[in-house]
Amino acid sequence: MPEINVIAHGLAGKLKKSRSDYLEARFEENQTSHITYRGKGLESIGRATAGGGNVRALAKGGWGFTSFNSFDDVSDRVALAEEQARAAGSGKSSLAEVEPAVDDVPGGSAKNPVDTPLAEKKKLLDEYNDIIWSIPQIQTSTIGYSDSHKKVIFLNSEGSYITQERADVALRLTAIAAKDGEVQQVGLSLGSRGNFSAIEGLHQQIEEMARHAVELLSAPQAKGGEYTVVLDPVLAGVFVHEAFGHLSESDFVYENDRMRQIMELGKQFGTKQLNIVDSAAEPGLRGSYKYDDEGVPAVKTYLIREGRLVGRLHSRETAARMKEKPTGNARAINYRYPPIVRMTNTYIEPGTVTFDEMIADIKEGIYAKNWYGGMTSMEMFTFSAGEAYMIRNGKIAEALRPVMLTGNVFTTLKNIDVIGNDLDMNQGGGCGKGGQSPLPVSNGSPHIRIQQCLVGGK
Amino acid sequence: MEQILARAKKIAEEAEIFEVSSEETQVRFEANRLKQLQTNQTTGVALRIVKDGRIGYATTTGTGDADELVRNAVETAEFGTVARFQLPDTHDYPAVKTYDPAVDSVSIKEMIDLGEEMIAAITGHTPGIICEAGVSRGAVSVRIMNSRGGRAEYRKSFFSLDIEGNLIEDTDMLFVGESESSCHPLSDPEKVTDMVRQQLDLAKNRAKAPTRQLPVVFTPNGVGSALILPLMSALNGKMVLEGASPVGDKVGKTVFDKTFTLHDDPTVAYRPGSRPCDDEGVPSQRTPLIEKGVVRGFLYDLQTAALAGTVSTGNGSRNRGGLPAPSPTAFIVTPGRTSFDDMVADIKEGLVVEQLMGAEQGNVLGGDFSGNVLLGYKVENGKIVGRVKDTMVSGNIYEILKNIAAVGSETRWISSFLRTPPIYCKGLAVSSKG
Repeated sequence: MPEINVIAHGLAGKLKKSRSDYLEARFEENQTSHITYRGKGLESIGRATAGGGNVRALAKGGWGFTSFNSFDDVSDRVALAEEQARAAGSGKSSLAEVEPAVDDVPGGSAKNPVDTPLAEKKKLLDEYNDIIWSIPQIQTSTIGYSDSHKKVIFLNSEGSYITQERADVALRLTAIAAKDGEVQQVGLSLGSRGNFSAIEGLHQQIEEMARHAVELLSAPQAKGGEYTVVLDPVLAGVFVHEAFGHLSESDFVYENDRMRQIMELGKQFGTKQLNIVDSAAEPGLRGSYKYDDEGVPAVKTYLIREGRLVGRLHSRETAARMKEKPTGNARAINYRYPPIVRMTNTYIEPGTVTFDEMIADIKEGIYAKNWYGGMTSMEMFTFSAGEAYMIRNGKIAEALRPVMLTGNVFTTLKNIDVIGNDLDMNQGGGCGKGGQSPLPVSNGSPHIRIQQCLVGGK
Repeated sequence: MEQILARAKKIAEEAEIFEVSSEETQVRFEANRLKQLQTNQTTGVALRIVKDGRIGYATTTGTGDADELVRNAVETAEFGTVARFQLPDTHDYPAVKTYDPAVDSVSIKEMIDLGEEMIAAITGHTPGIICEAGVSRGAVSVRIMNSRGGRAEYRKSFFSLDIEGNLIEDTDMLFVGESESSCHPLSDPEKVTDMVRQQLDLAKNRAKAPTRQLPVVFTPNGVGSALILPLMSALNGKMVLEGASPVGDKVGKTVFDKTFTLHDDPTVAYRPGSRPCDDEGVPSQRTPLIEKGVVRGFLYDLQTAALAGTVSTGNGSRNRGGLPAPSPTAFIVTPGRTSFDDMVADIKEGLVVEQLMGAEQGNVLGGDFSGNVLLGYKVENGKIVGRVKDTMVSGNIYEILKNIAAVGSETRWISSFLRTPPIYCKGLAVSSKG
């Protein structure tokens, strides 16, 4: 594969002389490996290497973008992107000002997980699979392991030249139990920024997961309706990501006057105890980085402080249009896509209440844990718990089939009435938006309690 | 490509190269105006080998470093699954039409005009609505070669239009949208914009849904967002093999309503999901899955078929660059005799569901679905009276498709892999807030 350092260096001078309002290029090399298990044995194992690049140009408010696998004729690609921008633009370009940065950011994890011998990975996954299958009534299982290492060089017409390396590890397991035509499943998702040890030592958790799948075969379904719901840190993290995180992505707001009115800074969105943050500057989490994909340094952004809307997530363009400071949230999942506004590590800051205090005065409610999936339509959100239990008279009672919770974002945020003291981050997430999925993110929260949450059921 | 195959043949019993290259141009509109022009060019090569009886797999982009590719494939073969299949040695494929050279000659200006026409049609109908739209065209080339002498090669052109509108009043957000795709160029966006305008008309008033069992008509989009995923999972040969499909042991038995017939067909002319062979070079065929409610078959690739003691149905697809696995190509639901209007006229109190959010988050394997009605309408005394909100619909396909009230007569393509009429179902659990 042609050396991307050489190609990038050769282009730097040309970019600075560009006629466009702004021009950037990105070159990427990555290696990934994946191992999947289905049922009792290994199903597939593979290795991939990829290399490619893109050029993005801005002229009179219009963007041109071209991505490619071949590094022959990169100058032609630059010309194409510039021509496309000229064809698309008819107004004024605006990008928030940032200091150009020249930097070299190494990976941060000691070993490249892709180079860890396959035999070692397989040995661990064999152990995990054996545990799942040691539980009677397990019908089948799936394990999906993937790791990656990538090097990205970013350069632009303002003089930025940033090389970043990052690694990623992701593991998802599911145990599927079946009896008399009835099928139930429970899953577990974890990830890290390249540290293989993050997925080691999970034996007990996996056994619990498999046992729970069997328990679900005889668990009743929740009766649909409104409930007081307590969410565990994992599920509350998914909730904040779906219910609020996506609304904070400015590319949905910046050209939409009515959305701007709804998302007016200073507006009260929740109680004084509610604080929500998005931060790629938090070291070592799944969504962390030093610079985003526009070369803007990552910062910690308060989205909600003491219940009020105080911030949002920006790319350089959305920041300029909204006359706010850039936040370093422009991310592209790989070189085939332009960067768009994305979350990084999103969480609710901890309060002071313990879990026992939180459930003590609930006569009938639902305790929902773990996550199965989540989605938003901005105003409405849905997310599914992997585990659920009834709460009766202040105590955790019978197990239920997994529940789906849904609601209106604005009323639900206001209905968070208690915030726990036990913040925990879930690193297993992959976010989807604009076809760019799964983007490594993390989300988290302490236990939280929500009044009048709509639960789907019989 | 031949080079890689030659090198692989030296060290493995079987080898297969799958090469795909594509070029796509997109015009994107945001906030009712032209925003971005995009071109993407990709090339990739996948090498699958069988060495000492085990499967090895490696991929790379560009034309590939042959040595690295072979090395990676060999490394993974040490632990790979035991291969139970033989690669096809054929050159004979059905003549499936997937390439129209006219797509290439559609100019950027024409594409921009199409997008502007779509946006004008929607903003003209509903001032204050904010639209995103896209027009894209492109072509894909696929080449497959293997060590048994099998060879396949084809080209596919594609063209698509899409528009989404967002209307906000206070904190109420309405999302409408439609799309269309084909292997032919599309020059008339009216079909798409007419449907969006109808969605806007039906959603003008607000209506409340009760919390109880109600009849529901799923429009074609509704069928796609609620009912199809559990069916795809149940009819997947891999699920059947593992005993995780509720219909796996029911071939020849009636599981669904006799008005329900479903088959998979990758040979339909000029559809973006069509192809002359699957991603392993197995010739495409029409596969009956459910016939008048009776389970007839499942989808297979080479390995799964071999393990199951049957033959591949030509459904081996490489999703996201992975190994071939059984996948639907185009699910086609046979239309019935009842018009959509007659279905609605038959309902005293019920819902029409256009989009369900979150249905994929439930127990899909078991046939459950449960979602928030993103776009749906209340029916009262045979008429649509308005749009519902804060409403969830749940059900299980093995219950609701066993006793269908009616299958619609008007059928259409939803995305590249589903063609369906509306389906009128009897009792679903509906929960509403407040």
